[in-house]
Amino acid sequence: MEKFITHVGTGVPLRRSNVDTDQIIPAVYLKRVTRSGFEDGLFAAWRNDPDFVLNQAAFKSGTILVAGADFGTGSSREHAVWALQNYGFKVVISSRFADIFRGNSLKGGLLTIILEQTEVEALWDAIEAQPSTPITVDLENRSVSYANKKLPFAIDDYTRWRLMEGLDDIGLTLKQTDFIDSFESNRPAYKPATLPIRS
Amino acid sequence: MERKRSTEAVGKTLAEKIWAEHVVRRADGEPDLVYIDLHLIHEVTSPQAFDGLRLAGRPVRRPDLTIATEDHNVPTLNIDKPIADPVSKLQVDTLRANCKEFGVRIHSLGDKDQGVVHVVGPQLGITQPGMTIVCGDSHTSTHGAFGALAFGIGTSEVEHVLATQTLPLQRPKTMAINVEGTLKPGVTSKDIILAIIAKIGTGGGQGYVIEYRGSAIRALSMESRMTVCNMSIEAGARAGLIAPDQTTFDYIKGKPHAPEDFDAALAYWKTLFTDPDAQFDVEVDLNADELEPFVTWGTNPGQGLPLNGVVPNPAEFADSEARTAAERALVYMGLEAGTPLKKIAIDTVFLGSCTNGRIEDLRAAAEVLKGKKIASSLRMLVVPGSARVRLEAEAEGLDKVFIDAGAEWRNAGCSMCLGMNPDQLAVGERSASTSNRNFEGRQGKGGRTHLVSPLVAAATALRGTLSSPADL
Repeated sequence: MEKFITHVGTGVPLRRSNVDTDQIIPAVYLKRVTRSGFEDGLFAAWRNDPDFVLNQAAFKSGTILVAGADFGTGSSREHAVWALQNYGFKVVISSRFADIFRGNSLKGGLLTIILEQTEVEALWDAIEAQPSTPITVDLENRSVSYANKKLPFAIDDYTRWRLMEGLDDIGLTLKQTDFIDSFESNRPAYKPATLPIRS
Repeated sequence: MERKRSTEAVGKTLAEKIWAEHVVRRADGEPDLVYIDLHLIHEVTSPQAFDGLRLAGRPVRRPDLTIATEDHNVPTLNIDKPIADPVSKLQVDTLRANCKEFGVRIHSLGDKDQGVVHVVGPQLGITQPGMTIVCGDSHTSTHGAFGALAFGIGTSEVEHVLATQTLPLQRPKTMAINVEGTLKPGVTSKDIILAIIAKIGTGGGQGYVIEYRGSAIRALSMESRMTVCNMSIEAGARAGLIAPDQTTFDYIKGKPHAPEDFDAALAYWKTLFTDPDAQFDVEVDLNADELEPFVTWGTNPGQGLPLNGVVPNPAEFADSEARTAAERALVYMGLEAGTPLKKIAIDTVFLGSCTNGRIEDLRAAAEVLKGKKIASSLRMLVVPGSARVRLEAEAEGLDKVFIDAGAEWRNAGCSMCLGMNPDQLAVGERSASTSNRNFEGRQGKGGRTHLVSPLVAAATALRGTLSSPADL
């Protein structure tokens, strides 16, 4: 995973709440067996609309998606994170994220940042007025800066460290194999197993 | 109506008990490493996970705690022939090859235990109280009906569980939803959960595990409890559970993977309840006596109303975000404010899914349809949740009831719930669906979905407009 320390980019205002993962990438686009190539499915239904924000030249090169509340609700499909990343997004800002989507994004290195709704709206206004406004996302100092504003955001120390080091969760857990072995040796015998097959 | 935790609790909630029993390692400033008792996998969210294992040269740590089936994109017609859609075929073939390579049990098309993954676990008896259960599918919350902590995960987490049988997780907060009283005839567990989501909103459960409690929940059958827990995710909660009781124990007994030492398991299961002195972070109350059949009018599952109501006027929403969302939803749904919900004409009725594709659901709908014909203006798809449910229904003659009424009797799978296989709505087509999501395009690009119970689905099929059995 690529290390995330700071990112400077421009924003894309997505003025919609409850953007569920079926909107981020419809199910018909989920049929690949790789982690790449999902950018075509990103917001597929909305991209037919010439006025949709991603179809506007001014926002073509944006890397920071600024969305309404409850972003990423619905299906657990990690393809939603891959589609955003494959398209070129590095950061998503919203006032509220669905739990599974947030977990998936932070595992995969797409930084999801929670700001107050009023701050999200101010950011929308600023980037709509001036799409080339540079936005600096500083994970080390936990802040989002643009124009003359500097907004702090919260992220737990562990996740921040893991993202800044670009570490793979599985590798970290495999260092704890002794704990897993020990836990397993104490599991009760009545817990079910899928093998051998009983029918 | 909402009460928040006041003092430091002494006892533990059910979710807290199960969590504590599964912590492999706890360290300051790090998420808990939690052991996973059962991992369910399917063709759509697993290929990249297996690929990751292969690249790193890692085995599946516990194939004996892992089980796979084919459900999300499989066809529900002509299942004895090769899958026509080449990309679906690629995913299914990839799953089969991965299971073979890594020694994972799989139930493929044609097998009696093939079907929607959340129907298969319970019918095999491998879903049991006190377990931690995960799957790369958000409706894993279904298994919480057995008093298990069950939740959906992403593909990176699927790979993590395959490799380590654990997950690093932040401890969730706890929410109690107390449903007291008695449901009126014609009101079902689907109506309970739709009413809950309308009340707390699609984000209301974010960060929480919900425990459903109260006399109306206790009175529900096992399968009805699964319907409630299934849609916890539509309320924003990653997991929802119900304390196990005699209903749970009776349901598991006799299932293929019921514990051999049933008494030992039972002794443990009986410890699985929220302590009387435990406190939840939030409590919400709902009166079951007042509930009516519920239906959604919009494009998120929180946009629902009693079936006797009318399409709401967005201008009357106080919250500006809710107003904008309602305006957008009415445009997408092609609805006028003030229209009685019962006047809405339906093109397709879908009976199935992990929410309402079990034998009880089919029985309830068949009871309404028996000896009658569906309206000539619509089609009805009946998709059993699993091949075993299909066989059971056929043994009871339910297939004949559906076919005689004019419905299509299909094979098992997720089907039109998410429209990944050929079972999709056309642009502008309107469904009454027993599934769980009414998102834009969920059942097919441009399709319009109204979420309903199996009883409302059946009555709607007969009348052609959204209806309950009382309208017949």
